[in-house]
Amino acid sequence: MENLLSITPYPLLSVCIWLLLLFLAMYLARKPFHRSMTAFGRVIYNSMRLAASSVKLSEKRLIVRNREVLMNNGLEMAERKVEREFDRIAASVQRDLEGYPQVQRKLTENLLKLEADYEKCTAIPQSLSDWVKVIDAIANIRPTGDRMVVNMLEEIHNTLIEQHKSAVERHRRDMAERHGILSRMVPFWRGVQKTVDGIEKAILNLSQRSKKIDRYMADYEKIRAQTDSAERQLSSSSLTQFFISGLVLAVAAVGAIINFNLVALPMSEMVGGSNYLGIFKISDVAGLMVVCLEVVLGFFLMDALRITHLFDSIGSMEDKKRRIAFWFLLGGLTLFAGFESALALMRDRMAADMEALRQSLAGVENTELATSSIPRIGQMIMGFILPFILTFVAIPFESFISSSRTVIGIIGAWMLRTLAFVLRLVGNLGFYLGRLIINIYDLVIFPALWVEGAIGQKISRPREEKVRTEATAPDEAARTSQMETVSLPKEATE
Amino acid sequence: MRRCGAIWCAIVLFCLMGCSGGAERARGIYVLLDTSGTYAGELKKAQAIINYLLGTLQPGDTLVVGRIDTGSFSEKDIIAKARFDQRPSMANTQKRAFQKKIDAFIGAVTDSGFTDISGGILQAIETLNESGAGRKYILIFSDLQEELAKGYVRDVPFPLTGFQVVALNVTKLRNDNQDPKNYLVRVEEWRKKTEKGGGQWRVVNDLERLGALFEQ
Repeated sequence: MENLLSITPYPLLSVCIWLLLLFLAMYLARKPFHRSMTAFGRVIYNSMRLAASSVKLSEKRLIVRNREVLMNNGLEMAERKVEREFDRIAASVQRDLEGYPQVQRKLTENLLKLEADYEKCTAIPQSLSDWVKVIDAIANIRPTGDRMVVNMLEEIHNTLIEQHKSAVERHRRDMAERHGILSRMVPFWRGVQKTVDGIEKAILNLSQRSKKIDRYMADYEKIRAQTDSAERQLSSSSLTQFFISGLVLAVAAVGAIINFNLVALPMSEMVGGSNYLGIFKISDVAGLMVVCLEVVLGFFLMDALRITHLFDSIGSMEDKKRRIAFWFLLGGLTLFAGFESALALMRDRMAADMEALRQSLAGVENTELATSSIPRIGQMIMGFILPFILTFVAIPFESFISSSRTVIGIIGAWMLRTLAFVLRLVGNLGFYLGRLIINIYDLVIFPALWVEGAIGQKISRPREEKVRTEATAPDEAARTSQMETVSLPKEATE
Repeated sequence: MRRCGAIWCAIVLFCLMGCSGGAERARGIYVLLDTSGTYAGELKKAQAIINYLLGTLQPGDTLVVGRIDTGSFSEKDIIAKARFDQRPSMANTQKRAFQKKIDAFIGAVTDSGFTDISGGILQAIETLNESGAGRKYILIFSDLQEELAKGYVRDVPFPLTGFQVVALNVTKLRNDNQDPKNYLVRVEEWRKKTEKGGGQWRVVNDLERLGALFEQ
């Protein structure tokens, strides 16, 4: 450094000389520097643009893929709904309309009985004999005072009265009989009405279900047509499912932790309390494995019931085999539940023993531990119930997995979009950085440029005057050729 | 298929390598009780410490209690020794038996004429090395005033690599009060001896802090 400053006796002068030389060098290297900086800016700009378009392309592909997945899921869901409705209709038809011939026969029988009874009711009661009219005519003959005639007429009169009495009685008996028939008709009427009501209900149910199927089919068609509204609907539904199932899974995780705590301590009594697998105690690992096995059994059980569809091989089993698998899994789960309940009992005893030891070590005399059996029973019940509760984790888990595919896709697309934006931003920044460096460079060597401008003006002025005199129109092209402009690429302005 | 097999093999191998008896995690604690006349009165505190240790130690850990007397480098000076069973219930039974032994010893302890701390430490090193414990502690419950009987030589170095030696409840003697330098020199000598043997030295007079010692 000292050598550099000692080229003249005055350091300041040396500095000035060096600066002058530096400016000169910079002035001479101006054009190559400008070119290299412009190229540098363009390299950054173009490479970033290229990367951004590549990322954008990936984003588009991901969006398309997401859409496909979303639509497929939606289609599957809609198919499942329609299938379920058809199953219900089949069950309803089987239940209500399968016995329709019997119903019809019963109905016909009832109607025939009703008809017969009706006919019985409408049977005209026997009228009075014809001779009653003759007697009535005789009875109307005026008395002549003849005793014999009087007696005869009295006899006739008495006979007639008796006949009337018996006729009235017979009539009453017939009427009572008809009333009896009518009252016996009531249950048949009711039976007929009930049968008809049942048929009406079944038909109504079928009608409602068919309307539902129509609605599902409309949704299905909308999804098949891959409309934007269907996509929005499915996407929103997927997000909702993701958060709700995530929340439920978090709650289930807490349950699993409680379950694990019930199991871990007594497991140390079985597999030892001082063995390790990696950094974990074997007893803890065993406890965790019991809980995980219960959850896995629960998954299989739910699949066997066709509530979830995590494993195709279980869901697509023959019904008979699937039923066997279901009972087998349920038995396994019950065994696990019993085992865990026993472990909970063991845990309680171990905890009591440890507490007794601690008190004894602490020198507490006449240790009286809580003898209530409520906590023990509570733990046992919890140990038995929790495996069954954990079974239902399969439902939110399936929902979480299927919706997370969509959510991850959405997040991935968003990240790619952001990355593309950042790349474009970096590209533009790189381009303008090149421009900035060029301008700063020119600013540093502005004295040289000023001198160049001044000399250039002196040289060009006489020429211009000469040209102006020769031609009136100004030559704009010549002026612009002197200006150094680095135009921004068209893409950068986008 | 072959790749799957290789992955499974790697997992099984990892599990087998990771699977251990836990010996390197197990703690081995040797408590040396000074029964010399100057310290015998402090043994009740030692009893409380041992009870605390019994409550803290886990299955697989080892606890040995030995006495410091005229000649401590002897198995006969081991009062109680237990490697706690893998099963917690069995370990609890062992702890109860251990406690009984200690109670009996504290109740019938007689003052020893001399104080062979070095012999006790050598015995502790031997016993704990045999136990195979991963973390080894020697707790010296003494005033650290060594007095050897005539004919006892204890100028052997202590091979204490991997050991933590903790002096507990180091009481001050009468002349310590007159000249604290004696106390400081005494403690410093034991620290030097321990660190020379590759061990870590610590003094804990506040017995409440004992828990933090084993948590480290």
